[in-house]
Amino acid sequence: MNIKYNENGIKKSKKDILFEAILYIIFALIVIICAYPFYYLLISTISDNNLVNLNKITLVPKGIHFTNYIEVFKLDKIKTSAMVSVLKTLIGTATNVLMSAYMAYFFTKEDIWHRKFWYRFTIITMYFSVGMIPNYLNIRMLGLMNTFWVHIIPHAFTVYNMILVKTSMEAIPPSLEESAEIDGAGYLTRFFLIVLPLSKPILATVALFSAVSQWNNVFDTKLYISDSKYYSLQFVLFEYYEQIKSIQQTLDQMGGGEMAGASSTLSVRLTMTAVTMIPIIVVYPFVQKYYMKGIMLGAVKG
Amino acid sequence: MSDLRRKKGFKLFLFLLPGLIYVFVFKYLPLWGWAYAFVNYVPGKKLLNCDWVWFKNFKVLFGNPILRKNLFQSLTNTLGMHFISYLFRPLPMLFAIFLNELPGRRFKKVVQTASTLPHFISWVIMYALATSMLSTSGLVNSLMLDWGVIEKPLNILTTDKHVWLTQELLGIWKGLGWSSIVYFAAIAGIDQELYDAAKVDGAGRMARIRYITIPHLMPTFVVLLVMSIGNMLSTGVDQYYVFANAMNQKYITTFDLYVYNLGIADGKISYGVAVGGMKSIIAIILFSIANYISKRVRGQGIA
Repeated sequence: MNIKYNENGIKKSKKDILFEAILYIIFALIVIICAYPFYYLLISTISDNNLVNLNKITLVPKGIHFTNYIEVFKLDKIKTSAMVSVLKTLIGTATNVLMSAYMAYFFTKEDIWHRKFWYRFTIITMYFSVGMIPNYLNIRMLGLMNTFWVHIIPHAFTVYNMILVKTSMEAIPPSLEESAEIDGAGYLTRFFLIVLPLSKPILATVALFSAVSQWNNVFDTKLYISDSKYYSLQFVLFEYYEQIKSIQQTLDQMGGGEMAGASSTLSVRLTMTAVTMIPIIVVYPFVQKYYMKGIMLGAVKG
Repeated sequence: MSDLRRKKGFKLFLFLLPGLIYVFVFKYLPLWGWAYAFVNYVPGKKLLNCDWVWFKNFKVLFGNPILRKNLFQSLTNTLGMHFISYLFRPLPMLFAIFLNELPGRRFKKVVQTASTLPHFISWVIMYALATSMLSTSGLVNSLMLDWGVIEKPLNILTTDKHVWLTQELLGIWKGLGWSSIVYFAAIAGIDQELYDAAKVDGAGRMARIRYITIPHLMPTFVVLLVMSIGNMLSTGVDQYYVFANAMNQKYITTFDLYVYNLGIADGKISYGVAVGGMKSIIAIILFSIANYISKRVRGQGIA
């Protein structure tokens, strides 16, 4: 006999079993809807291009090959923009983490001249945005248009990240810093040698925050960059889809249909998408863990 | 002693100063751009050399029939999508409640991992996935044609019908798992003894959800709802920009996207700034209202 028990050791009623079965089905559907498109994309890029074009690839890859990836990385545009994206993510993240931590550290010091005022001055910017075009005009005035640095400098500091780091730094026992102070260590020495190493977990969280947003940012390129040398990978992908969009629209208006000779185009397009997506998929398990922590911290902080 | 402290305070301030200058330059300085709303901007000219026309730009925005129509259409779109989103507001909460009812850690973990993934993916890639699934030649249509469920491919993305709903559903696809996390956190904070006591009193599963879980989640629900009022007009650009096409253009253009189209794509900086500026001011008012409501309801502001 196979009797099911619930967590209290009481036999599950038929109603309970039915209830759970329905829930399992619903959640399984949600999992499929969320995860399948990603899976489909990945198997499409390594399957036979003609089969993909005929929509014959659904569950398992067929005719596995990697020429699509080789083809995509032969495109100059992809090579340059992948480089830009990697660099901007690395440099942008490092800058953001360092600067957010630096500001957080000094804001933990109660003695700062008019601390309350300057803290409010900083925090309030989180709730108020001047708008896209004034920002655009400002960046233009600062001479950042069409430079690599437009990816970095405007994102060098995030108030929210600073709050997270500050909350964590406030939990460090002041005695640690005091003893270093007695030994004659200045603020910067204490910041780099004592406080930063003790804040590693929160710094990792913040680093992942800013790495994901750096990697995913599309619109900055659209707004500030016209020189393809500084295009990000996301933007190149976006442009590619824009070109196809207009062709597809005409076809849709004619009642739907395949794009002529599209099998290689489709595969290139899917592979470009995969290349842009894979870095996120790879770091995702780590990101998820830290993000959850971050949101809990945020919730605690209000 | 206090003199020494003041000196120390000033020294600390000097350390902070570069950061404060940064905040000023990137967060406050752009405010001067609002001046463009009051001039007749000519591309290539400096602001100071432009003619001051004061409120003429606003008069044109509301007076010119085409501009007025576009402005109100984008406002309607933003509000329309916002109101549709109310229908789906309870979803993240229900997601968390019911997933929490299931035994089995591993299944929960799989569901959470899969449903949060889209949150970390950019809208460009979401667009790529959506087209490969839902376009007229996409996988879903082709499978349904093969199975004989439909006779003609369904046009979901390039049509002027149900645009608001489609966009809202895409938003849910990307955000459901993520928005539910905050409710998981809230559920974890509920005192387990309440459930045990209810069980002793003979409360069934549904009764426990209804009388214990939901009341405990309501404060979070209300705060998020109130915050969404404050952010009503700020839809962001990415999603609508990537999903826009000639067919759905009219209904997908939200306020933020309209500002971009007008000010940057069409190069009418003065009009763009005027519309954006109005939006910012309305947003501040909405935010203050939301903050006030929050203070009244739970004795604590959202900011």
